[in-house]
Amino acid sequence: MSKGLINTLRTALRLRLKRQKFIVRALWKRRELQAVVDRTAQIKRDEILVFGTIRNEIGRLPHFLSYYRALGIRHFLFVDNGSDDGSRAFLADQPDVSLWTTSASYKRSRYGVDWVMWLLWKYGHGHWTLTLDADELLVFPHNESRSLRDLTNHLESTARRSFGAVMIDLYPKGPVSDQTFQSGDDPLSILKWYDGDNIRYQKQMPMENYWIQGGVRERVFFADELRRSPTLNKIPLVKWSRRFAFVNSTHSMLPKRLNRVYDHNGNTPPSGALLHTKFLPEITRKSVEEKHRKEHFANSVLYERYYDALAENPDLWCETSVKYEGWEQLENLGLLSRGDWD
Amino acid sequence: MMVHTDLHRAAQLARHWSEGGCPVVLHVDQKVPNKRFDKFKRELEDLPDIRFCKRRHCEWGKWSLVAASQDASELMLETFPSVQHVYLASGACLPLRPVRELVEYLEKRPKTDFIESATIRDVPWTVGGLDMERFTLRFPFSWKTQRRLFDRYVRLQRRLKFRRKIPDGITPHMGSQWWCLTRQTLSAILEGPEREKYDAYFKRVWIPDESYYQTLARCFSVNIESRSLTLSKFDLMGKPHIFYDDHLPLLKRSDCFVARKVWVNADKLYDKFLSKERIEECRSEPDPAKIDRIFSQAVMRRKVGRPGLVNQCRFPREGSEHGLSAAPYTVLEGFSDLFVDFEDWLEKSTTACIHGHIFDKERAQFAGRGKVFAGCLSDDPVLRDYAPTDFLRNLIWNTRGEKQVFQFGPRDTQDTSWFMAKDVNASIIVVTGAWAVPLFHSNRSFSEIREIAAEQQRIESDHVDILRSYYAKARVQIYTLAEFVQSPTEPMQRVIDEIGPRTMRRITEAPRMVDLTGFGKFLQNLKNQGMHPYLVGDFPIEGIERPGPKRPRKPYLVN
Repeated sequence: MSKGLINTLRTALRLRLKRQKFIVRALWKRRELQAVVDRTAQIKRDEILVFGTIRNEIGRLPHFLSYYRALGIRHFLFVDNGSDDGSRAFLADQPDVSLWTTSASYKRSRYGVDWVMWLLWKYGHGHWTLTLDADELLVFPHNESRSLRDLTNHLESTARRSFGAVMIDLYPKGPVSDQTFQSGDDPLSILKWYDGDNIRYQKQMPMENYWIQGGVRERVFFADELRRSPTLNKIPLVKWSRRFAFVNSTHSMLPKRLNRVYDHNGNTPPSGALLHTKFLPEITRKSVEEKHRKEHFANSVLYERYYDALAENPDLWCETSVKYEGWEQLENLGLLSRGDWD
Repeated sequence: MMVHTDLHRAAQLARHWSEGGCPVVLHVDQKVPNKRFDKFKRELEDLPDIRFCKRRHCEWGKWSLVAASQDASELMLETFPSVQHVYLASGACLPLRPVRELVEYLEKRPKTDFIESATIRDVPWTVGGLDMERFTLRFPFSWKTQRRLFDRYVRLQRRLKFRRKIPDGITPHMGSQWWCLTRQTLSAILEGPEREKYDAYFKRVWIPDESYYQTLARCFSVNIESRSLTLSKFDLMGKPHIFYDDHLPLLKRSDCFVARKVWVNADKLYDKFLSKERIEECRSEPDPAKIDRIFSQAVMRRKVGRPGLVNQCRFPREGSEHGLSAAPYTVLEGFSDLFVDFEDWLEKSTTACIHGHIFDKERAQFAGRGKVFAGCLSDDPVLRDYAPTDFLRNLIWNTRGEKQVFQFGPRDTQDTSWFMAKDVNASIIVVTGAWAVPLFHSNRSFSEIREIAAEQQRIESDHVDILRSYYAKARVQIYTLAEFVQSPTEPMQRVIDEIGPRTMRRITEAPRMVDLTGFGKFLQNLKNQGMHPYLVGDFPIEGIERPGPKRPRKPYLVN
């Protein structure tokens, strides 16, 4: 056997073991979850499901739910990681939400991925699934005239099981905490601006996943620590199978073919964007809290400066910021593409 | 009408055709459960002119599809003697114009068969490379479910040079499987004396529904109009394009009679085109060309993507970029060292966006020297140098529509040299050795200057090697400093031609060259120290005879 072949096989085996490890780990971690309300009996065949882990998101949740209901989502599955702001009660009251709760460590559950993967394993198999954070709003080509179901149908007809989206950090004009925002408001009513295109792209081996970095957080907070700047590529929409695993949040997956949401030969499949509503006024308060919780990064000490900078109520806006207008604007700027979905 | 899924839509369509005065024969796939089929039948019970033919198990690309349409056609011709044209449609074919208009259109053309039918030799339509071989090989395996066996068997037959004989009297033709044939032609095909022979042959042809009627119509028809009345578009993979609600205006404009494939949940399309209140009359000929243009654009966009764009779904492999950058740009090397306020002058003389050294080690010198530029590109050198080609590609992408010009030189980050050299959009004009001019004016100790000069010469030499390499695709023009100073007119003309639209403005003022008195001596000193600034060219020690500053130089006139 040639050396190249041996190497290929070795890598394949290693990735397989890695994938299995993550799956077993997710199954093990299910013991940390207690059901609050289980309405999963309502789930119909072929339904698109939303999965997510949340903590203290009462500000965003009402809009989040109505946004995705409008896209055609009929069932949400959430893990509540110790909220104390009423998020849990709010979610438990929703007719289309199934809710689990845990007070275990977010960090040690691979930032919630283990918990969500267990729910995906149990309820997501064979469904198109959206794995999201509460501050992510999905935008895809034609989203004002076509539904998510239309999109998944197209993906299926072109033999794709995953759909990539780039994170777009939205921010207000003026210091972030000087805005007014009430629970239930549309975050896009104050977060109207974003960085047009200062993003860089790399492919990572051996999983062939993207590593996209850039955006406003890098421009303002991470200019001198570029390796730590936020990863912007995500694979939120996947036709799930029990054999699948998220590796690094929803940034990369195994088996590696699911990471191929891009094309090599200049051939463009459709892609989307996740509007990231992180910079709501509460961020300054929350970043003080997160700095002490140390649950968000593997080496949290290194991110203290980031939290400090956020706590100082920065203004992220600059004169070349772009005002968000919709998917067609994003397509025009090259941040997403309709690809072959016309 | 051939139906296999989404029976509620099929029922709606059958009702529409029938109420428009056309008898309908339906073939419902055997795969549909009997219970569902019975319900479907009951839904259409009230319509008098609807018949159901024998149900078959249909599979894509197989003979069963043709057999089903034969059954249906026979039943149609038998049961409804008044029928003059038979239109083959599917459950996803949506009539775009009132049925009455189609009927009138066909009545005016009683002898015409509308069937797309082209000889295979001449038309390279097929996806996957099987064109003539469809007719000469055997295909016992399913392409959809047994792809590997299918491919291997094809390869084996090729190797063995196996060939089936095409029956006498027919020439293989292919085309869209959605046809509209006259009673005369269709009955001739179905009742022809040699039908058995032809059927036996086509049973083993691959995708016979695209060739059976298309080939035989050529034998029997008196007047073939080789086009389908059904608008259908295919993408690169050979899959039909699907029409959604937002295609409504497009479909309305096409004036075609029928379109497929219409997405089953496109409620707006179905409501609009099947509504009974439609009164707008369009008597024009169907014009699929309008739609063609839009869809071929889409196919091209998928095939090559948008040049110069890398994003979430486009990450071209080296060599497949179809353009490294999005738009033409100009790189000027050495000019800003040689002229005083060169950028300001260029700014005044052209319409382009003039940057300084955007790869300067201190900061990216954007036009206007802002901290951020289009697309929120930051001037932070660390950020930029982390991925310099991305930086440049983004800069060009973000400013599409406005020509970008920037300065470059050996004092800058060099990582983009290859990218620029390989980019057909780049136009690079270099004055080599110009880096020596600021050194000459600097007030440093000579040993320091010597060291810096050696370093910069080495960097520029590497850079120029790249520009001259076999792989370079950029338009490159290289002058030595000596050549340039001797006759600056031609290169300057070139710069203006490159950048500014010629007819826009007249240049009234030439840029002022820095004082080079004593520069020749300076170079000689370098040489004496063992550091030969060969990139400068042959610069005479006495300096080059140029019109002195007292006599104003003739301005470059650009008309």
